[in-house]
Amino acid sequence: MQARLLLEDGTLFTGLSFGAEAEMAGEVVFNTGITGYQEVLSDPSYCGQIVTMTYPLIGNYGITRDDFEAIRPYIHGFAVRRHEPVPSNWRAEYSIDRLLKEYGIPGISDIDTRMLTRILRHHGTMKGLLTTGSQSVEELKERLDATPLMRDQVARTSTKNVFSSPGNGERIVLIDYGAKTGILRELTKRGCDVVVVPHDTTADQIRRLNPDGIQLSNGPGDPKDVPYAVETLKQLIGEYPIFGICLGHQLFALASGADTTSLKFGHRGGNHPVKELESGRCYITSQNHGYTVLEESVKNTNLTVTHINNNDGTIEGLKHNTHPAFTVQYHPEAAPGPFDSSYLFDQFLEMIREHKRNNPQRPRQAQLSETLKGELQYAQK
Amino acid sequence: MPKNNELKKILVIGSGPIVIGQAAEFDYAGTQACQALKEEGMEVVLINSNPATIMTDTNMADKVYIEPITLEFVSQIIRQERPDGLLPTLGGQTGLNMAVELARAGVLERENVKLLGTQLTAIEKAEDRDLFRDLMRELEQPVPESTIVTTVQEAVIFANEIGYPIIVRPAYTLGGTGGGICANEEELLETVASGIRYSPIGQCLIEKSIAGLKEVEYEVMRDANDNCIVVCNMENFDPVGVHTGDSIVVAPSQTLSDREYQMLRSASLKIIRALNIEGGCNVQFALDPQSYQYYVIEVNPRVSRSSALASKATGYPIAKMAAKIAIGYTLDEIVNPVTGQTYACFEPTLDYIVSKIPRWPFDKFISANRKLGTQMKATGEVMAIGRTFEESIHKAVRSLEIGTHRLYLKDATSLDDAVLRTRLQKPDDERMFLVAEAFRRGYQLQEIQDLTQIDWWFLDKIEQIIHFEDKLRREPVLTKELLYQAKRKGFTDRAIAELRRESNPNAELTQEADVRAYRLEQGLKPVYKMVDTCAAEFEATTPYYYSTYEVENEVIKTTKEKVLVLGSGPIRIGQGIEFDYSTVHAVWAIQDAGYEAVIINNNPETVSTDFNTSDRLYFEPLFFEDVMNVIEQENPIGVIVQFGGQTAINLAAPLSKAGVRILGSSLESIDSAEDRKKFEALLRKLDIAQPLGKTVISVDEAVETADGLGYPVLVRPSYVLGGRAMEIVYSDEELLSYMEQAVKINPEHPVLIDRYMLGKEAEVDAICDGETVLIPGIMEHVERAGVHSGDSIAVYPPQSLSDDIKQQIIDITINIAKELKVIGLVNIQFVIFQEKVYVIEVNPRSSRTVPFLSKVTNIPMANLATKAILGTKLADLGYVDGLWPEDEYVSVKVPVFSFAKLRRVDPTLTPEMKSTGEVMGRDVQYAKALYKGLVGAGMRIPQSGGIIATIADKDKEEATQILRGFYELGYNIIATGGTAKALEEAGLRVTRVNKLSEGSPNILDLIRGGQAHFVVNTLTKGKTPERDGFRIRREAVENGVVCMTSLDTVRALLNMLETINFSSRPMPILQK
Repeated sequence: MQARLLLEDGTLFTGLSFGAEAEMAGEVVFNTGITGYQEVLSDPSYCGQIVTMTYPLIGNYGITRDDFEAIRPYIHGFAVRRHEPVPSNWRAEYSIDRLLKEYGIPGISDIDTRMLTRILRHHGTMKGLLTTGSQSVEELKERLDATPLMRDQVARTSTKNVFSSPGNGERIVLIDYGAKTGILRELTKRGCDVVVVPHDTTADQIRRLNPDGIQLSNGPGDPKDVPYAVETLKQLIGEYPIFGICLGHQLFALASGADTTSLKFGHRGGNHPVKELESGRCYITSQNHGYTVLEESVKNTNLTVTHINNNDGTIEGLKHNTHPAFTVQYHPEAAPGPFDSSYLFDQFLEMIREHKRNNPQRPRQAQLSETLKGELQYAQK
Repeated sequence: MPKNNELKKILVIGSGPIVIGQAAEFDYAGTQACQALKEEGMEVVLINSNPATIMTDTNMADKVYIEPITLEFVSQIIRQERPDGLLPTLGGQTGLNMAVELARAGVLERENVKLLGTQLTAIEKAEDRDLFRDLMRELEQPVPESTIVTTVQEAVIFANEIGYPIIVRPAYTLGGTGGGICANEEELLETVASGIRYSPIGQCLIEKSIAGLKEVEYEVMRDANDNCIVVCNMENFDPVGVHTGDSIVVAPSQTLSDREYQMLRSASLKIIRALNIEGGCNVQFALDPQSYQYYVIEVNPRVSRSSALASKATGYPIAKMAAKIAIGYTLDEIVNPVTGQTYACFEPTLDYIVSKIPRWPFDKFISANRKLGTQMKATGEVMAIGRTFEESIHKAVRSLEIGTHRLYLKDATSLDDAVLRTRLQKPDDERMFLVAEAFRRGYQLQEIQDLTQIDWWFLDKIEQIIHFEDKLRREPVLTKELLYQAKRKGFTDRAIAELRRESNPNAELTQEADVRAYRLEQGLKPVYKMVDTCAAEFEATTPYYYSTYEVENEVIKTTKEKVLVLGSGPIRIGQGIEFDYSTVHAVWAIQDAGYEAVIINNNPETVSTDFNTSDRLYFEPLFFEDVMNVIEQENPIGVIVQFGGQTAINLAAPLSKAGVRILGSSLESIDSAEDRKKFEALLRKLDIAQPLGKTVISVDEAVETADGLGYPVLVRPSYVLGGRAMEIVYSDEELLSYMEQAVKINPEHPVLIDRYMLGKEAEVDAICDGETVLIPGIMEHVERAGVHSGDSIAVYPPQSLSDDIKQQIIDITINIAKELKVIGLVNIQFVIFQEKVYVIEVNPRSSRTVPFLSKVTNIPMANLATKAILGTKLADLGYVDGLWPEDEYVSVKVPVFSFAKLRRVDPTLTPEMKSTGEVMGRDVQYAKALYKGLVGAGMRIPQSGGIIATIADKDKEEATQILRGFYELGYNIIATGGTAKALEEAGLRVTRVNKLSEGSPNILDLIRGGQAHFVVNTLTKGKTPERDGFRIRREAVENGVVCMTSLDTVRALLNMLETINFSSRPMPILQK
């Protein structure tokens, strides 16, 4: 069966259909990872986007229940040079084709994905429409133009309810803006007692959970589409140790007075070099972002740039000058991509411990009796 | 971190001669390193004994030493040059071993030379099996259960504990020499014994076999600031058990999920960090296909064959980066030369699939054991790039030049089922084709997997290819859509025609030319995509392309005139690195002349496929269709075929027929030299003598001709490469058996029969522009006619040719070159018989001796030839007809063999070429030059010791004379029955030893016991002792004892020893 992908600029790719018979529109982006298509497919940060993989053979090792980064995929289409229908891997349970069908997502194969990538590189990210229908190109173009880009991806991908992932260590509140499972995995691996909260949880609600630290997750779209999240963060910075990832990093920057902008075609892949400015060390990182913190905008804030991209010089990491808080634009939780930066989670926990050491709380019993005494007096009145 | 300013002068060690396990990839690495160091303003001193390399060109380093890579010579150079640093990691195992030797001997410390790239401790930790296992344990990296042994007994005890099969890996050897998988105690005994002998420290690792697991490799880089990256990972088509150099390999890995990929990536980084390597490193893993369990198999703390492959597969120049890191730079500050705007600190990402297939020498060594195991046997490899596996593997198959261009071997169709099954189970060089055959016979995939343990994914792909072949056969009409699908799967026009023909021989589109015409009519042409390290994420400037059938063509049109040069494909015996050397020089000359040089080649090991070499590199098969596609894309003014060996020459006719202009010597002149009849007519016309002979097309005619000429006669098929299947036969019986086994004679494949003249051989390479014939030098061969010129020791200038003979050679060369209208290079081989010069062979193309002769005469032959091809007149450059003045130094070219790697191959020198590489020795005196050559070739020449002599009756007289010389120098002559008797009768004292049939201790025991330092064995043809002789020769080779089968070699050795040693003689008795 035929499938077509029409770009905003009029370029039409005709290929074969796999996955669902459907029509979907979205921002078209490319990912340069060779492995990790399942993680990419299921990463909520791709919500509403049509993703093309630059590696031509996709599906080689199938789909396994273990490698999902979210409970379901949120992409609006998948474009590959070749869809490999017969997977070979001991963990493979079924094919991409089945996964996409189950969630009604269209896929297109046998197109010149390198050409598509070069177009996106040259013109920047653009809208596209992926369809298995047989309408005329003009009709498709009209529909594409009429479809606005999504702006509520965070609300779509974030958890609706608070849930906890108990542990014996630090209590971490993970604000889910469309979090990858990998973040939770890294925290629980370190014994943290994690409470995952929805994107619109208020500062007070978070305070009530009495966290030791706050983890800001990754997430889809433009950070400026979630102003309420920025407002919440403004209240929390300084009060709790904070570690932000990707969208979380951008929201933190906005909350600290910096500004963000969109990149021409983003950074998506597992091979991006990031330089830690203090040590001069370079790390290979996993990235997925279409927006970045503006370098100029950081100057008048209380933030310091800690990491930059070694290729284009964009900001990859920030820390607060006075409060215990740092953030990175890339993905230390990997999945897909290298684990080289997982030490950042250790650094976060170390920061929490140091914060505790510097801000010793009075023994709980004393605190409690004081509170009780107050309550008693109030009652007596 | 910027460059280390304490380093001003750096010594680079090359890898020496080409042997199996260490080939052209180190010329590529070494050349890149030298260029990178010079770029940084370093003074570079280079030592390499191999003249057939670009790296030993004097413009590559500030000082080039073509000297033996031995402690003695390298130490001397160090004392002379006083370098600040030594870079040993780009010269393969040879370079690394040399560094270890220099360090242990205290030379580096004494002369204050810093070891760059990899520290001695790291080399030891990676190479010493014991230390390696300790390190892995420390890093919590799993290794297979194993133990280190230094005796056979220990091995047996361990094997009994953990059970068979067992793998034996000798320490510090290259290409796994002496190792293997053993299924039982008998095999273990043999393998361990040989492994201990081959290991320079007498040590073997005995390891539980993990054969059948997936084999995956990672190429890793690290700098002094501890930045680490993975350049590329690769997955072997063949499961663990086949040496990675003998495996079909794809890049990137295909069946690993991200989790598995990252798990092994992290392990690789952990290992390179622990070893503290500053540069490149290769880590090999075995991965259980059913779990996350993996094992670290091996670590190479240096640039390797795999890193050359990874460089070509990704575009990321590992050796160049390694050299820059070695002098202090860090990855994040070195610009990625491919994009020019990003940095070297990133991980290349591929948007295509790369296939590598090894090229084995079994077409030449028919008797060799073709089974593949832990000891590498391939001499070279091909690489192909495609957007699908099918496209990639098909391209690789047709790059191999093994007589097939798809997954089909004619001989396989007649195998019986039992044989097919066994061969699927025990891997050999043809296994992939046999898998295809099994699918054709209807085997189930599961069945084939059970037999081969090859991953399902690869097998499925092959099955799909076979199904598609069926479809091509079956479909009534070859529609445009079907044709397009076929092209996207990498099928050639020829394959499509063949398949269509099979089902319906009389239908349309059953000839290659018709399919091609139809395809072009339908507008189906390939597009070219760029290899850019980054999957198009960044703009790249590197003109490195591969073809595929898709939409967008990325080749940027330029207006400059272009010249296309065809490379020589994979390295094989008879067509080695020498041809790549000439190709590269041709490219440079083309650029000098103001054209753009376009190159097509498929060998990932070479300098010619470095994207910096030419203006445009097409990494494509040297197959008519692929070459035509590039020609149509580039529209060059012409094609140069004379530097790419027989590979390129063979393309001249079809290209010319397709209307392509062949630059240089015309097709007609190539044909006049290669077509026997035309060639004879030419020599007759010029009144030049040649050995009597005839072209025959039937067995009866052959016998008749041989009888007429009188035995012995030289027989060979026409159009041969490197003397393939050439033999001297002494009787009708031998002739008949030759006809039966070696050649398939028919009118299309005639056989040449010549009278065999036992004379001295000489050879020239000349350059001709159609008017002037410049002869840079004459080379005299040490071994007489009957030994292939590529296997002979060649001496320049000649030491024993009279002026008259030289003049005859000069005159003949000039006449032939002019008559043939040679434009470019010509190589002529002569035999001198009774003071008369006969011509044996004329090759109007670049030859194996061009790099050697260019270096010793200081005439840039390939460069001049290219200029002549492009229209420059030699006279305008100041050259005149005739021989260039001879050098006052004497240079010898000594062949190097890889017999130790090829079981069952007879080390006897014959008309069939067997050597894999060469070294050069140069000095003021012939004896000194020869000494350097022999030592450089790996010969151990003790000043005293034992010589075993087993001599054929016909040679006894001559041999006695020579052996007397050794006797007088104090060597102990050891001989059996007849030979001993002859020597004793001549007055020599001989140590008698048993023949093999006479029981122990016999000759073999002596060789094994290390009591013999040289073996002299001449061939008795067609009699039983041949088998004894064979065993003696093999035993010598396997024990690293010098084995000589030509008395000429023995005499040369004696003359050399006499010159450099003293012999003691009593004073003459006073005359009364």
